[in-house]
Amino acid sequence: MKEVPISTCEREFILKAIRDRKRIDGRQTYDYRRLKVSFGMERGCCIVELGDTKVLAQVSGKIEEPKKNRPTEGSIIINLELSPMASPAFEPGRPTESGIEMNRILERNIRDSRAVDTESLCIVAGEKVWSIRADVHVLNDEGNIMDAASIAAITALAHFRRPDVTVMGEEVTIHSPEDRDPVPLSVHHMPVCVTFAFFDQGEFLLVDPNRLEERVMDGRMVVGMNMHREICTLMMSGGMLLVKEQVLRCSQIATVKVAEIIELIQKALDKDAQARQAGDKCGFAESVPANKITTNKKEPTLIDTTAAAQQASQVIQEAGPVDKPMSNMIVQAPGTVQIGEGLVNTWQVDDEDMESEEEEESRKKSVTNGREAVATSKPTERKRPVKAGEGIVSHADDSGSEEEEKVMLYQGDAEMKSTEDSTALQQPSNSDKPAKKKGKKKKAAQK
Amino acid sequence: MCHKIRHPRYWLIVPFKMAGLEIISDQGYRIDGRRSSELRKVCARMGVFTQADGSAYIEQGNTKALATVYGPHEVRKGRGKIQHDRAVVNCQFSMATFSTGERKSRPKGDRRSQEMSMHLRQTFEAVIVTELFPRSQIDIYVQILQADGGNYCACVNAATLAVIDAGIPMKDYVCACTAGFIQDSPLLDISYVEESAGAPFLTVAMMPKSEQIVLLEMNSRLHADNMEKVLDLATQGCKDVFAVLDRHVRDHVSESHALMTAS
Repeated sequence: MKEVPISTCEREFILKAIRDRKRIDGRQTYDYRRLKVSFGMERGCCIVELGDTKVLAQVSGKIEEPKKNRPTEGSIIINLELSPMASPAFEPGRPTESGIEMNRILERNIRDSRAVDTESLCIVAGEKVWSIRADVHVLNDEGNIMDAASIAAITALAHFRRPDVTVMGEEVTIHSPEDRDPVPLSVHHMPVCVTFAFFDQGEFLLVDPNRLEERVMDGRMVVGMNMHREICTLMMSGGMLLVKEQVLRCSQIATVKVAEIIELIQKALDKDAQARQAGDKCGFAESVPANKITTNKKEPTLIDTTAAAQQASQVIQEAGPVDKPMSNMIVQAPGTVQIGEGLVNTWQVDDEDMESEEEEESRKKSVTNGREAVATSKPTERKRPVKAGEGIVSHADDSGSEEEEKVMLYQGDAEMKSTEDSTALQQPSNSDKPAKKKGKKKKAAQK
Repeated sequence: MCHKIRHPRYWLIVPFKMAGLEIISDQGYRIDGRRSSELRKVCARMGVFTQADGSAYIEQGNTKALATVYGPHEVRKGRGKIQHDRAVVNCQFSMATFSTGERKSRPKGDRRSQEMSMHLRQTFEAVIVTELFPRSQIDIYVQILQADGGNYCACVNAATLAVIDAGIPMKDYVCACTAGFIQDSPLLDISYVEESAGAPFLTVAMMPKSEQIVLLEMNSRLHADNMEKVLDLATQGCKDVFAVLDRHVRDHVSESHALMTAS
């Protein structure tokens, strides 16, 4: 299934937010999403949840003949499966280009950097060696599969235990887990990938892009690093142009991130080891919290509002008049006031009628806003009659009172209404309009 | 236990794992007699085929690569690939079966080749001015005839020359070079023997004038502190390659021009 193209306004929104140093899910530029590592019942099974991206890795071992040119080394195979289960954009069958690229990065990260010692996998030189295979399945794709897959793969390899083997002369005995405890693989170091997403030709960079950010990014860079600050793999591609300083900065950021991630992995491994030793239940069933509603009972709770009432009356007493007069008030007619000019018509319609209609509309709107601006302030406010021509004190600039949902129009309105002539500008009566939208006050304040 | 490896020039009998093989001798010479920051000899030839719109052949040391460019032409199979505002770049990488010491069973279609093809495509998509040719396709075919390290770099350099030969406008040359880090010193232009020694090496494809990196790939383990040195050396290498390629292009054009005006 072809992926639904992202709409231009969504793309623009995300890019604009990034330019303002904001991310759509509220993270900071270098923040990772919540990372959770859990293990299954079997040895070598690991699920990694990075935000909503879920990846499962399973390690298995088999005895095989070694390669001809490397008779004393076992082999590590890493296979990344992108199935339509993860995202409708993935096709079943042959892996796509991006899937192959990710697979290669994983392989290079773990195999080419010698994270797992292959010499120790040799049983009989030239005849029998262990072939360890790590299958990484992506269960849900919410962005940044690369990092999640690399964490899952190396953690699963560290978690795995292979059967113990003894060689007596010509005889090779593979001990079952009941006979002898399985033996861990010798993992020298844990390389973890950190993905950087670039926007605006490398000007902005984000760590751990989620799915939407991945759709709009210009290109990405994957840095695989281990605890000892050794870069195990580095891949920058995607049709983007970078300079040396950006690359070096990314490797520095990666150092910090990798340290955090590996610490988390170690903790998870230790916790699991403890649980297994103590004989506790372990596995996915334990790690996934049960979200079950077992009972449903409702009891009304009494809330004591005396304190709130006291505080409110205190606030009224302490509040003094704000004496910042509102500027630019044009009195159209008794009872109608215009604040601001209204924004430029962006519909690019040159029609005369439309324009005059628009003008009326904007004027009406501004008056409505004016009224609201004049009318809104703290819910408990003084009654202040408005006289035409007087500088109206507005409380519209009070910051923080955007949370108001209701507006109490004060008595002055009734007076205003009575002095209204029967002009063409009969405003829709808004004295009985209690609700106010959040943004309008701000808009009026800006005008 | 000894292990024979075939080096293009001579047979080497080395202890297994090549622990004793000195990549750099005490006097600072590498196996092929180069210094640590010397490029291998680059020979290039443009316009080697008549059928293709552009073609080039390059030899970097013992690595030989051939590139052909067809285009821009109408998008053939896959009407879904048409882009309304730019050209589609299509790259195919393959290694001849006789290019490596042991015969290659799958010249193309295996993971490495697909990854290389994708990298080449991304590299050239970034550099070719595709906005000039909407709804069309540019094909780049690269083949390695002899692989002695730096395969990707030879491909990129050959493809650059071929694209120039085809007359397709590019923002700048793309030059690629490898740099490695062995025994605490950075080395330029890694050959196959040095690659197999397991030392980390960095492949950089960049636009030499603005020093903008188009593709960056690193294998094996390299400490973060050494990264800058290696990157600087690779940048220098790319600029050297650019100097050679540029001189060659200018010679080729002036020769062709002389031939055309003479008759």
